[in-house]
Amino acid sequence: MTYWNSFSDFLAMGGYGFYVWGSFGVTVLIMAVEPMLVIRQRNATISRLKRQLRADQRAESQVAS
Amino acid sequence: MNDRFNLYSLASPASFYPFAGKMVPYFVALSVVFGLAGLWLGMLVAPTDFQQGEGYRIIFIHVPASWLSMFIYLVMAFWAAIGLAFNTRLSGMMSQALAPTGALMAFLSLWTGALWGKPMWGAWWVWDARLTSELILLFLYIGYMALTAAIDDARRADKAGGLLLLVGVVNVPVIYFSVKWWNTLHQGSSVNLTQSSMAQTMLWGMLLMALCFWMYAIAVSLVRVRTLILERERHTDWVKAALMEDSREKSGGDNK
Repeated sequence: MTYWNSFSDFLAMGGYGFYVWGSFGVTVLIMAVEPMLVIRQRNATISRLKRQLRADQRAESQVAS
Repeated sequence: MNDRFNLYSLASPASFYPFAGKMVPYFVALSVVFGLAGLWLGMLVAPTDFQQGEGYRIIFIHVPASWLSMFIYLVMAFWAAIGLAFNTRLSGMMSQALAPTGALMAFLSLWTGALWGKPMWGAWWVWDARLTSELILLFLYIGYMALTAAIDDARRADKAGGLLLLVGVVNVPVIYFSVKWWNTLHQGSSVNLTQSSMAQTMLWGMLLMALCFWMYAIAVSLVRVRTLILERERHTDWVKAALMEDSREKSGGDNK
């Protein structure tokens, strides 16, 4: 029960293909890239904080001994 | 202390952090479900528009992105007001976590608007009240991010950014009502509480896509706010414990 007769009709979007797919394409790109960047930033922050924490702990144990 | 679930306890970063982590998968799942349903209705089922042909289908991302760009700004301004009034720690982090997604939504609104304007009006861009005020919204997002990034002290960055957010909030009703207040090239709103000028399938497709965008924004912002919490609360015992826990899980059975 779709509106389209063929897949090429769907792609052509009645002559508006460039505008419609240009809109959807950039949206999909942003919604794929943004989560990737957010997760990468999260992993980078966690590993940096862990490094700092370990360095602090080593410094503390050296002072103690 | 009692065991009863207390909403106010979520105001503390230490209890909000694990709560946000648990919520993320649900919002991702909801976003995917709403998105698939919305795309199916909007792109495969909905009929053509008698004036704009198939070009109108840009509406299924243009309107959700525009709504969200305004709504996210309002939420950020709300957190800014709470933060300035009560000096709560989490508020500033909430605003900062939302800002990049809000900016991207404002950009998408302008981008899809340009791609819609070209075939319908014959111009990518016009200095119309609706378009200009939405562009100002994008600049407000960018200005907020630049300002908070430029101030080293996190709490002072929150205060300055919060002030900018509250001053800029007047722009949101200007965007929303611009098509009523001025003679604009941009068409008036198609969705109305009492009566809608759209076909039912179009309307539902658009609402489902709006929910998809909404859930997406919440999921991404929750991940971002969790990173901010770790960063800002790194000197607290619970963050140190969480980081150590994480290390132990990663190294697995190595340390037997």
